[in-house]
Amino acid sequence: MRTRCRLVLFFLTVGACGLGAQSPPSSPPTNTCLDCHLIFEDDEHLGVPAQLFAGDIHAARGLTCAACHGGDPREEDSDKSMDPAKGFIGVPKRADIPRLCAHCHSDAVFMRSYNPRLRTDQLAQYGTSVHGQRLRRGDTRVAVCSDCHGIHDIRPASATLSRVHPLRLPQTCAGCHSDREHMKGYEIPTDQWDEYRASVHYRTLAGGDLAAPTCATCHGNHGAAPPGVASVERVCGTCHVFQEQLFDQSPHKQPWDMMELASCLTCHGNHGIQPTGDFLVGTGEEAFCINCHLEGDGGWETAEKIHAALVGLDSALADAAGLLDQAERAGMDVGEARLVQANARESLIKARVDVHAFNAARVEETVESGLELAAEAHQAGEAALDELAFRRKGLGLSLLAIAFVVFSLWLLIRHIERGKEEIIYKHEQ
Amino acid sequence: MTSALEQLRVWLEERFGHGLGDAIRKKQVPRHRHSLWYYLGGMTLFLFLIQVVTGILLLLYYRPSPGEAFESVQFIMTKVQFGWLIRGLHAWAANLLILVAMLHMFSAFFLKAYRKPRELTWITGCLLFFIFLGFGFSGYLLPWNELAFFATKVGTEMMAAVPFIGEWLLTVFRGGEEVTGATLTRFFGFHVAVFPALTTLVLGIHLFLVQQLGMSVPPSVERAHRQSGQPLRAHPFFPGFLLRDLIGWYIALGILAALAALDPWELGVKADPFVPTPAGIKPEWYFLFLFQTLKVIPARLLWIEGEQLAVMLFGVVALLWVLVPFLDRNPEGRSGRVFTAVGAVAVAYIIGMTVWAW
Amino acid sequence: MASAGTEKGASPPGRRQLLGFLLGSSVFASLASIFYPILKFVLPPPSGELDSDTVVAARLDELAPSAAKIFRFGNRPGLLIRLPEGGYRAFSATCTHLDCTVQFRQREQDVWCACHNGIYDLRGRNVSGPPPRPLEEYDVHERGEEIVVARREQA
Repeated sequence: MRTRCRLVLFFLTVGACGLGAQSPPSSPPTNTCLDCHLIFEDDEHLGVPAQLFAGDIHAARGLTCAACHGGDPREEDSDKSMDPAKGFIGVPKRADIPRLCAHCHSDAVFMRSYNPRLRTDQLAQYGTSVHGQRLRRGDTRVAVCSDCHGIHDIRPASATLSRVHPLRLPQTCAGCHSDREHMKGYEIPTDQWDEYRASVHYRTLAGGDLAAPTCATCHGNHGAAPPGVASVERVCGTCHVFQEQLFDQSPHKQPWDMMELASCLTCHGNHGIQPTGDFLVGTGEEAFCINCHLEGDGGWETAEKIHAALVGLDSALADAAGLLDQAERAGMDVGEARLVQANARESLIKARVDVHAFNAARVEETVESGLELAAEAHQAGEAALDELAFRRKGLGLSLLAIAFVVFSLWLLIRHIERGKEEIIYKHEQ
Repeated sequence: MTSALEQLRVWLEERFGHGLGDAIRKKQVPRHRHSLWYYLGGMTLFLFLIQVVTGILLLLYYRPSPGEAFESVQFIMTKVQFGWLIRGLHAWAANLLILVAMLHMFSAFFLKAYRKPRELTWITGCLLFFIFLGFGFSGYLLPWNELAFFATKVGTEMMAAVPFIGEWLLTVFRGGEEVTGATLTRFFGFHVAVFPALTTLVLGIHLFLVQQLGMSVPPSVERAHRQSGQPLRAHPFFPGFLLRDLIGWYIALGILAALAALDPWELGVKADPFVPTPAGIKPEWYFLFLFQTLKVIPARLLWIEGEQLAVMLFGVVALLWVLVPFLDRNPEGRSGRVFTAVGAVAVAYIIGMTVWAW
Repeated sequence: MASAGTEKGASPPGRRQLLGFLLGSSVFASLASIFYPILKFVLPPPSGELDSDTVVAARLDELAPSAAKIFRFGNRPGLLIRLPEGGYRAFSATCTHLDCTVQFRQREQDVWCACHNGIYDLRGRNVSGPPPRPLEEYDVHERGEEIVVARREQA
């Protein structure tokens, strides 16, 4: 069995290399395969692949069907073009696909002539992935190259129609991983896609930030595997750098390593990760701290302090913002105060990062600077409202003056008209 | 003190002649149960003068370009001392001006003040009212905020429905196919140059005619006095009537100041032509009844488009309104009663539609 | 009512004086309350220019090559960078992630947000960390002795 496989591969190698040795052609190569296969029109196995191939990156780069299927695309006679003697293999076996693709894609010299930026270590990576390891053990239900990249309509990952484009990748993974029937026997959950779809990461992605994490960001792509307890922190830390650094120095680091708790995941979860909030830290009902810490221990006290500091700054900021809004609605200029307010908010954001050091003094220090700024913004808001009160006073005074004018004019009219004889209306034109 | 004033009067009369002084001294305003309406004209004039003064003051800081218009109004309201007051007065007085002008016009209509020989007074008054509406419409866009931007978009769209010259009119007013910075520049030009010039001319004629023809005495009052044989009493214009006017103006000023200080005119958010039209865009209140009419008119009536029909209808009604003095052949008889009834229906329609659209 | 039918001069001189005083002072007060705001209004405010689409961000000799400063642009901070090879670039200094204020790092030659370690390159492109979008870039002009920064026209 194994020898025959090697034999096929040998032929493939010969056939493909025959093509591969050519430099990228300037005019489209002869591809007689399509002449016949397009006649099959919508036949799922014989016609559709030929149609799809038009959109394939390999077709665009001048490769023909023979690159994967072998045979001779220059022969008009189908017996000759699909002659096994010329390396024709028909439909490649699933188990052979990674090596088939890798034959070119792992050949750095060859790939350089097409796309020097493309990596050539996919097969090596694949070998380390759960998919690759299982395939090696004979499980052909695992993903091979074509399951993620497509078969006859492979596009570069940057193309929006590509199955591995960031916006489409999660669904591609979910095609198998959310299929309970397919995943039967693997003993891993099938709700990752549903969870991920509700996560803050997905919402950011769907909002157009293609740098937001998809499945592959944490699990890897060709080398797809669960990150494992030990490296969760490193995975999250690729983006959440400060949180990782702080956590490494925190008092939690050592005991959690000992208990094999998956650092970030323990509080934030994984696929369904939600936006954080100040309620996560502290001793409230939703706080994570109370899962381990008991009232009276040092951690409980720290959690309470951290929570109080964050909430304190948050509400001070809300107060100041409300005051500034009020003043702004009344037409007051609070531009300077808005800048101060933004700086105070920055302190709160930093303090929320500082939480990951689990050191109350550190959070309180950051919060303190924020509180000072918030107080400054608050004062500016009050000053603006005082100015408003001043306007009202000014208005009151002018209205008083106006009232006196009206009153004295009325007196004047009475004074002038008193005792005057009534005039009879007479208009001269 | 008195002699100094007297000397000044003599000095002036030596140069201007006695005409003006005599006119003022001799001018009388009749006194009867409808006299109160006489004050509305003066009130409109006063509010217009407030607009002139505050408008000129705003010109010191306002910049008519899409990049700066909103910012400059914001600057006026937040940075310039008492800028909030001047802009608030300008915005509030604009609305009061339209309201008072409307009352003035309808009172003249119902009291039949347009009858011979005051046809031209009525026509110039109507023209002034239309110019004021133009002031309101063009001024609304100038702060370049979102609400104004879209209201202008919708408002100018109506122009396209004018038969034959609609497209041309739209392009001329918008300064292009869309409402853009070019529209702002044009509207600014209309608001501070074209309309003021027109107003000066028409207002001059209007005031001259009022002075020349004197106040109109409503037919009902005339009849009553004819029947009872009692003479009609009068105020001398100076000082009795003018002082009363002055009282009214001071009160109006107080109300305006209070409105500007207690309910500052909002600036809103800067217009962004690239955001979709927000829901609930409404024009200024005095255009609401037109707006609502457009909404309820069916999209197509027989062979003509609803919008086109409405615009033509507005045009015809406005024209008839201006020509009322020539249509109402017998203001004191049957035709006068018919016109009163039509006017009442019109007022009911305007109020009803405005309340509905609110 | 005793003076009814007589000339106005017949009303008590005291009352007439009082009326004159009342009228004069109240008219004066009301005119003051009208002209005071107007006279204040015509005087330009000390902050001078209005917050528009352009602002003077720095003087020509203010920044050495490879230095930067934060300037105020309306209600928001802006970042003006003098490139090592000369020339200026200006960006909104508001991080596109959570609105913190970014800073220029001379040693790294990048723009950095201290809140979550977001990093932009010297063209304002988000190259690392959480920022989802590049920084908004402004136009920079030299006008005499001043560096003027202008918001870019949309479309």
